[in-house]
Amino acid sequence: MASVNTRGTGKAEAALLAEARAGKYEAFEELVNRYERKIYRLALNLTGNPEDAEDVLQETFLKAFEHLPEFREDSRFYTWIVRIAINEGLMKLRRRRASKEVAAEDATGDDGEVLPREFSDWRPNPEQIYARKELQEILQNAARALPVTFRTVFILRDIEGLSTEATAEALGLSSGAVKARLFRARLRLREELSQVFKRG
Amino acid sequence: MVNCKDCLKDLSEYLEGCLDDELRRELQAHLNGCHHCKVIFDTTRKTVELYCDGRVFPLPDNVRLRLHSALRRRWEKKRA
Repeated sequence: MASVNTRGTGKAEAALLAEARAGKYEAFEELVNRYERKIYRLALNLTGNPEDAEDVLQETFLKAFEHLPEFREDSRFYTWIVRIAINEGLMKLRRRRASKEVAAEDATGDDGEVLPREFSDWRPNPEQIYARKELQEILQNAARALPVTFRTVFILRDIEGLSTEATAEALGLSSGAVKARLFRARLRLREELSQVFKRG
Repeated sequence: MVNCKDCLKDLSEYLEGCLDDELRRELQAHLNGCHHCKVIFDTTRKTVELYCDGRVFPLPDNVRLRLHSALRRRWEKKRA
């Protein structure tokens, strides 16, 4: 198996991009090192499945590698690969729906009012109560219960930290739609997790 | 005076620290006296924190190695 360079050079992103475009593999690898964890987390939360998440991770960086000459530097490299990852993840979900492996629960969002129903406080520090894998499963199940349109907005805004505008651009939505979906996504996830984490 | 409905409407902006000082103070005063809203705000904040916790979703070493092997193979193929 090929060895992997894990040493961060701290080099500016623009310089790495220029070197990668000129054919220096190590420069591209450094860019991958910077963002691979975030893209994997995104893919895992979007698809809810480790095998699909690995496929999305690989396809994202392979496509970024192939299309690097087309990347326009008026947007951030990270925002660009996030768009690729979201598209790859959504394609995976569509294929799984087509093969009936998952229910077609989340093809569209709903814009109905979200009213909190659960008012119980949570037991403190769920991250200390549950083993990492168990907590990961709880969070993934809750994310899977969201319509995919809400899930993608939550992932980009709250997990990946993209701005409202960058999220809107990545998903082809208005800023208002991003804000409305984020609000509903947060409340619905909270309701789901409350069923697990509430006291008593 | 902020009521529960107004409070919920401003939840996102409050969590992101985007509210102006006066509205934030009013909202804080409501939260101090309304257990239901306080629970909603605290648990929504915790929801976001849990998903952002990098320790919960690590990249497994074998997944990482397969990614880098695939990329290097593609690069070598392109160079050949």
